[in-house]
Amino acid sequence: MFDWLDHLIAWLVYDTIGLDATTHWGQALHFFFYDTVKILLLLFLVTFIMGIVNAYFPIDRIRNFLSRNKLYGGEYLLASTFGAITPFCSCSSVPLFIGFVKGGIPMGVTLAFLITSPLVNEVAIAMFIGMFGVKTTVIYAVTGILLGTIGGAVMGRMRLERYLTPWVQGVVQQAKMEGAYEEEKLTFVQRLPGVAREAWGIVRSVILYVLIGIGIGALMHGFVPTGFFEEHISADNPLAVPLAVILGVPMYANAAGVLPVIQVLVQKGVPLGTAIAFMMAVVGLSLPEATLLKKVMTMKLIAIFFGTVSFFIILSGYLFNVIL
Amino acid sequence: MKHIKILGTGCAKCKKTEEIVRNVLANDHIDATVEKVEDIQAIMAYNVLMTPVLVIDEQVTIKGRVPSPEEVRTLLLA
Repeated sequence: MFDWLDHLIAWLVYDTIGLDATTHWGQALHFFFYDTVKILLLLFLVTFIMGIVNAYFPIDRIRNFLSRNKLYGGEYLLASTFGAITPFCSCSSVPLFIGFVKGGIPMGVTLAFLITSPLVNEVAIAMFIGMFGVKTTVIYAVTGILLGTIGGAVMGRMRLERYLTPWVQGVVQQAKMEGAYEEEKLTFVQRLPGVAREAWGIVRSVILYVLIGIGIGALMHGFVPTGFFEEHISADNPLAVPLAVILGVPMYANAAGVLPVIQVLVQKGVPLGTAIAFMMAVVGLSLPEATLLKKVMTMKLIAIFFGTVSFFIILSGYLFNVIL
Repeated sequence: MKHIKILGTGCAKCKKTEEIVRNVLANDHIDATVEKVEDIQAIMAYNVLMTPVLVIDEQVTIKGRVPSPEEVRTLLLA
């Protein structure tokens, strides 16, 4: 899909700038330019398509739908899928959480949405296609959505409402079904300029992280010998996945910054499942996220939430190592 | 005179929104008060799910994204 770009960058770096293709700097620079252009193109394309999908599933509509319909368990899968298509912003997770429970949506369903939202989103998908190809991306997205579904369903059974902070418990008790949602009536063509502007806004907001991530990735690509990590983190080591996850949970980076590094880790011999588990732990759970959630959850609930999600991330890591 | 409220828990997008609103007010000499609402309980009173939110005279106008200066101008002159 990107052969033309590969040639173009090779011409630029090796022929025009005149770096040798066999040197560390030549390889690092080629990697940097090629990945940057490819990722930015994909980012814009995917955010644009997701923006169109999103225009038809605005968050209020999703909330009201989940609030009004009881689907015999299907609501977990639905909430998780909606979490994947909704653009993620960590600062919106608290208003989202309260808005959902206020609309009478059960805690477990709300958590399903909240787990998947940072794991699978337009930025993660664009980066994934660019780095690992379409097949791995589909497997990743499906796993992420199932992780949210199962995690939410499991936590839904634990009757966790009592561990919410008191004022949120009050909100839950006064929860009521949301009425019909008034949406803007716009035709497909009328929506496009807004969608394009939004897509560009998202791309612009992550460009810096992409550049830093690819920069680190490029240096590792050029300078770290292939197979370096194999000696330390191999698929045979059964503790590698849990260790990667425990290491990743406190860290925070978005998918844009962490994926270029993950790609290089994989090239240098880290098993894909272990690398993806690490990435999921980094983007899905973090100390800043825990701080935000403290406004609505007691420490006990945060611990249960993080514990459950980590557990399922570790499981997915093992699963990826087996199937990929 | 219009009363503008910007709802947001203090993330980058919320600060950006405030900056855009203040610029529009200054450039177009629009007389309005700007209030930043960061308390989550106060924000939830507006029944919104995503921040930042732009509230003009207690009417929720834009939610979940940073508006462009033109949008803000149109809303304020309406």
